[in-house]
Amino acid sequence: MSNPVTAAVLFAAPILVAVLFWLLGWRERRVAGDAAAPSFVERNGRLVATYLFVAVAFWALFMIVWPLLYMVDYSFHRKLPPSRRGGPDDVYTLENYWYFVYGSTRVFTSYNWVHINAFWQTIAVSVVVTVANFALCYPLAYYMAQVARPGRLRVLLLLLIVPYWVNEILRAFAFMVLFGTGGTINKILLALGLISAPIDFIGQNVALYAGLTYAYLLLMVFPLYNAIESLDHNQIEAARDLGAPWWHIHLFVVMPFAKPGIASGCTLVFMLSAGALAAPLVLGGPKTLWFTPIVYDRFYQAFNWQQGSAYAIILLLTCVVFVMLMMRLFKVSLSEITR
Amino acid sequence: MSADVELDRVTIRFGHFTAVKTASLKIAGGEFFSLLGPSGCGKTTLLRTISGFLHPSEGSVRIGGEDMRRIEPNKRPTALIFQNLALFPLMTVAENIGYGLRVRGVGRAERKRRAEELLGLVALPDQGHKLVSELSGGQKQRVAIARALAVEPKVLLLDEPLSALDLKLRQHMRTELRAIQKRVGITFIYITHDQGEALTMSDRIAVMNHGVIEQVGTGREIYAHPRTPFVAAFVGENNGLPGQIAKVDAASAAIDTPFGTLVGRRGEGAAPGRAGTIFIRPESLRIAAAGETPSLEAELVTTAYEGSATHLFLRADDGRTITMTASNRDLAAVPAPGARIALVHDAAEAIVLATDAERPPA
Ligand SMILES: Nc1ncnc2c1ncn2[C@@H]1O[C@H](COP(=O)(O)OP(=O)(O)OP(=O)(O)O)[C@@H](O)[C@H]1O
Ligand SMILES: [Mg+2]
Repeated sequence: MSNPVTAAVLFAAPILVAVLFWLLGWRERRVAGDAAAPSFVERNGRLVATYLFVAVAFWALFMIVWPLLYMVDYSFHRKLPPSRRGGPDDVYTLENYWYFVYGSTRVFTSYNWVHINAFWQTIAVSVVVTVANFALCYPLAYYMAQVARPGRLRVLLLLLIVPYWVNEILRAFAFMVLFGTGGTINKILLALGLISAPIDFIGQNVALYAGLTYAYLLLMVFPLYNAIESLDHNQIEAARDLGAPWWHIHLFVVMPFAKPGIASGCTLVFMLSAGALAAPLVLGGPKTLWFTPIVYDRFYQAFNWQQGSAYAIILLLTCVVFVMLMMRLFKVSLSEITR
Repeated sequence: MSADVELDRVTIRFGHFTAVKTASLKIAGGEFFSLLGPSGCGKTTLLRTISGFLHPSEGSVRIGGEDMRRIEPNKRPTALIFQNLALFPLMTVAENIGYGLRVRGVGRAERKRRAEELLGLVALPDQGHKLVSELSGGQKQRVAIARALAVEPKVLLLDEPLSALDLKLRQHMRTELRAIQKRVGITFIYITHDQGEALTMSDRIAVMNHGVIEQVGTGREIYAHPRTPFVAAFVGENNGLPGQIAKVDAASAAIDTPFGTLVGRRGEGAAPGRAGTIFIRPESLRIAAAGETPSLEAELVTTAYEGSATHLFLRADDGRTITMTASNRDLAAVPAPGARIALVHDAAEAIVLATDAERPPA
C-alpha cells in the first residue's frame, strides 16, 4: 500500500475495469445490433444520466471493486509487524497461496490436506446443495408458473416468503432443534418405530445440507418461476399433442426455455452456499470442516489478514471459474442470465 | 389413413357454466369440416375435447369408432393447430417439424428427410435451417401445419389458424389449406368465426351458438335453408323482418310485418299465430318495376360500389336498416340518396322461421 506502484495499480484498476465493461457492453450492442433502442442518456436526460452513472460508478468502485482489489493486493503480501511494513521485507510474494497448498510458507514437502479437503468438500457440497435445490424448486416453480390458479399461487408465495422474515441465524438454530439427536425429527421417527436409536443428523451433515438448501430456496424458486412463467402454455400442450410424454416436455421444451432462469438460480445458490458462514458454523457437525470458517479464522483467529485474503480469493476465483465453465458447458451467455 | 369423429351428446361444463350443450356430430373420414360460430360460443372448448385436453362432463367422443374416454392427448390420433400456433421458438423449422417424430424415437437423418418432405408439401422448401422468429406470419402458419402433419394424424384440428393473417394472405392460405387437405386426405376439423372462410373451404359446416350446435350441413344448405333465426342471421348477410305468421301451406308461409304481409318459403317451426321472422337476402331484393306491387318501401341512405355489385343501404320507416345488393348489370341507374324506393323480394328465396320456437335439435 505504501508502495507508489501498488497505489497506482489500486486506483487505476477500478477505472480500467469500468472502461473494460463499457467496451464489452459496446461490443455486445454492436454484435446484437440494438441500434434502434434509445441510448441511456437519451432515455434519462443528461442530468439524471450523469447522476446515475456517477452514483453507480461510485458505489461499484468503492464498495465492490476497490475493497476487492485491496484484498488481492493484501494476499500477495506477508504478515509483518507495523514497524517493518514498507521496509525491505515488504515484497510481493506467493507465500499465502503456498500456505494453502503446503501448510507452510517455507517447507514444500507435505500438502495442507486439512484445508485442501475442506476447500474441495465445500465446492462439492455446494454443487450437491445446488442440484438438490434445483430438484426441489423446479417442480414447485413449474407448478406455480403453469398450473396453479391465482388464489393458490398467492398462498404458495406467502408460504414461501414468510419463513424468510426470520433471520438466518435463528433459522439455522431452528434446524438444529429439528435435526438434533433429541430433535423433532428423531422423536417422530422413534415414536413411529422406524428407528431404534436416534440418528446423528448433525454429525452426518444432513442438517447442514438441509439448512443450506432451505436457506437459498427463494433464490432458486424466483428465477425459475420467472422463466417458466413466460413460457406460453400452448407450447406445453402442443408438445403433448404431438405425443410427448411429460418428462420429454420438461427436458426438451420447458427447461431449454427456462435455461437463463435455471442458470441464474443455480449460480446464485452455488455462490452463496460456497460462501455461507452461519449455516456451517451452527449446523456443521464436529468433524465438518467448511472452508468459510477457515477463512474467517485466518482473519480473526490467526489475525493474518494477508492469508485470509488469499484464501478468500482462492474460493472466489474457483467459484467464478466453475460457474463460467458450467455456463459454457450449457451454452448460456452472461447477458441471458441477467435478463 | 383418415378417421371419422363422432361426438355423442357431449356436454362440457366449467363449474356451473355450460360451455357446450349436448353436442352431437358425425364427421366422416377425409371430410373438411368447419365449426362456425361467434366468439365465445364454445368452438375451442369442443376442439380441445376432441384432442383430449378437456374431458366431456357428459357424453362421449369416438375417433375411428374407438371411445376416447381414457386416452390422453399424446396418445390420440389427432393433431391440433393452436390459435396462436405455439411453435417452439428455440428450435429451427426442421426441429419443430421433427419434434413429434423425435418423441417417437425416429432418428436424426430420417427426421430431416421427413421435415424436407413436409416443407415441400406446404410450399416452403429449403427453409428447414431457419429459426421460427425469422419467418413471416404465413410461413409460420405452414410450419405449424407441417409440424402437425409430421406425426401422421388421422384427424387434424385447426383452431382459427388464419385469424392472425392479413386478408390477402388469408385468402391465399384458404386455397392452400384446402389443397393440402386434398393431398393428405385426412379429416380436417376447422374452427372459424368467419363465415366466408367456412363457406369457401368446407365440405360441411356446423354452426354453433352459445354452446349449442344449431345446424349441420353443406355451405349451400346452411346458406339457403337455415333452420334457426340465428343461422339465418349469422351466415351471410340477411334482412330479418319480425312479425306474426299469418298463414302457411305446404311450401310457403305468409307473415304479417310492419311492412305488410310478406311471403316466403315455409321454414322450421312456421305455423299460423306464432311469432316469426322473414329473412330476405340482400341479393334477392330488387327495385320494383313500374306497376309492380312493392314488398316494402324504404329510404336510400347510402350506396357502396363494389366492382361487380353495388350495395344499397336503406332505412325503413321503423328505423331498421335494410341492405340490398344489385348486380351492376341489373341496376340501370342508382337512385340518389334520400330517394324513397319500392322494393320487391323473391318469395322463393326468402324464408319464414318461427322465433318463439324451442331450438330444434341439430
Ligand atoms: N377453462 C375455462 N374455465 C372457465 N370457462 C371457460 C374456460 N375455457 C373456456 N371457458 C368459457 O367457455 C366459453 C367458450 O369458450 P371457447 O374458448 O370455447 O370459445 P370460442 O368459441 O373458441 O371463442 P373464440 O372465437 O373467441 O376463440 C367462453 O364463455 C369461455 O369464457
Ligand atoms: Mg377459440
